[in-house]
Amino acid sequence: MGNKTPLYDAHLRAGAKMVDFAGWTMPINYGSQLDEHHYVRNQAGMFDVSHMTVLDLKGADTRAFLRYLLANDVDRLTSAGKALYSCMLRPDGGVIDDLIVYGMTPQWYRMVVNAATRDKDLAWIRQQASAYAVDLSERRDLAMIAVQGPQAREQVQRLLGDAAASAAALKPFSAVMLGDRFIARTGYTGEDGYEIMLPAATADAFWEQLRAAGVHPCGLGARDTLRLEAGMNLYGTDMDESLTPLDCGLAWTVALEPADRDFIGRAALLAQQAGGLRHRFVGLVLQERGVLRSHQAVYIDGREAGVITSGTFSPTLKESIAMARLWVLAGEQCEVDIRGKRLPARIVKPVFVRNGKAVAG
Amino acid sequence: MSHIPENLRYTRTHEWVQDNHDGTVTVGISDHAQDLLGDMVYVELPELELDVDREEEIAVVESVKAASDVYAPVSGKVVAVNEKLNTAPELVNKDAYDDGWLFKIRMSDSAELDELLSAADYQETLESEDDEED
Repeated sequence: MGNKTPLYDAHLRAGAKMVDFAGWTMPINYGSQLDEHHYVRNQAGMFDVSHMTVLDLKGADTRAFLRYLLANDVDRLTSAGKALYSCMLRPDGGVIDDLIVYGMTPQWYRMVVNAATRDKDLAWIRQQASAYAVDLSERRDLAMIAVQGPQAREQVQRLLGDAAASAAALKPFSAVMLGDRFIARTGYTGEDGYEIMLPAATADAFWEQLRAAGVHPCGLGARDTLRLEAGMNLYGTDMDESLTPLDCGLAWTVALEPADRDFIGRAALLAQQAGGLRHRFVGLVLQERGVLRSHQAVYIDGREAGVITSGTFSPTLKESIAMARLWVLAGEQCEVDIRGKRLPARIVKPVFVRNGKAVAG
Repeated sequence: MSHIPENLRYTRTHEWVQDNHDGTVTVGISDHAQDLLGDMVYVELPELELDVDREEEIAVVESVKAASDVYAPVSGKVVAVNEKLNTAPELVNKDAYDDGWLFKIRMSDSAELDELLSAADYQETLESEDDEED
């Protein structure tokens, strides 16, 4: 039996099908993954993401430490509560994990890392932090609920009472503490919404309030199709320690400027850049019926040219889409080997849906 | 508990088989199988007139989660396919034993039918699978 989140009982009450995920017993769906996907695109859905690892870093050196630890630069966080997406790299540039860091005060940063990478992340961060005055604490006392969709913010605000105005005023990609709740306007679906961290003991009641207001519980299945449509990478699938951010479409998350910031992996990325890129990270749209899946081989002009890292049937677009890593750098058309048949696919930017609308490839 | 109609025969690979008493059988996937796979998004049906051997992979059902092969439960020739599934694969979820049928085979050896599982036998195989999962 895996770890249970504070919402475990709520999932059973809602009829969830539970699966093991990174050592946690989590809802994969509550009946229909497709319906859940559409709720998020068209109305509002909620996800239990309490399995994710929430870390608070506090102390005088926190900013300096994170500028060393992360490939993106926390100095880009210019106002309180702003969020930054970053990779955490090995010295050779390999991606240890991707994460979000919120700069709450000059001496308090909150970081959310993946559940599956918790142990190695903590070991790595502790090892790197030894030379810094940083206090690291894991917030296992918090639950996290992501409420996502065009109606998500409004639905949440209605339940916040006096705090509603502050939540409404939140800018995209920023967070605020409201009482004992940490409310962030972030997510992993391509829709507007909030990610809410709250004391574990209050999570069940808040979840039920949301449910009563008409926010639909959504499982990890829908979370995956939503993030893939939105062109958001998944650690372990689209990137891992054998790849650098430049290999997997995450160059935009690496801050090489200012040049005097010496973060872990910087030298390796500069060397890779100087040597010419190895990979092109792209989106694919299948042009015939079928479903693209991870590990399928991609061909350009008859030659093996890459591999699909994530693939699915897009419930919004009603066609199959994928993210792929190609080592052939030119071409706009390819073929994908689907169980021995080569089917044509279009190469596009790896973003398919944003705010409910198809992004023209 | 999944639904297992008494009047059908089954395979260990979760196909159901209906004897049409005219030398043909209708084949689909069981309620248990569709429930495990989740929402269907694509069904690849066999070609009409295809000669098939028992246990040959002749169709694919793909859900949001995974692709799964469908095997011919008996040998013979494919004489019909459910073309509705080309535009409405969700019929496999909604009505696994009726509107969600996949194909019909004209049997070349009707004795093979007797070797398929009864509803009770199939129920037992599901229960032993559950035991393995626990």
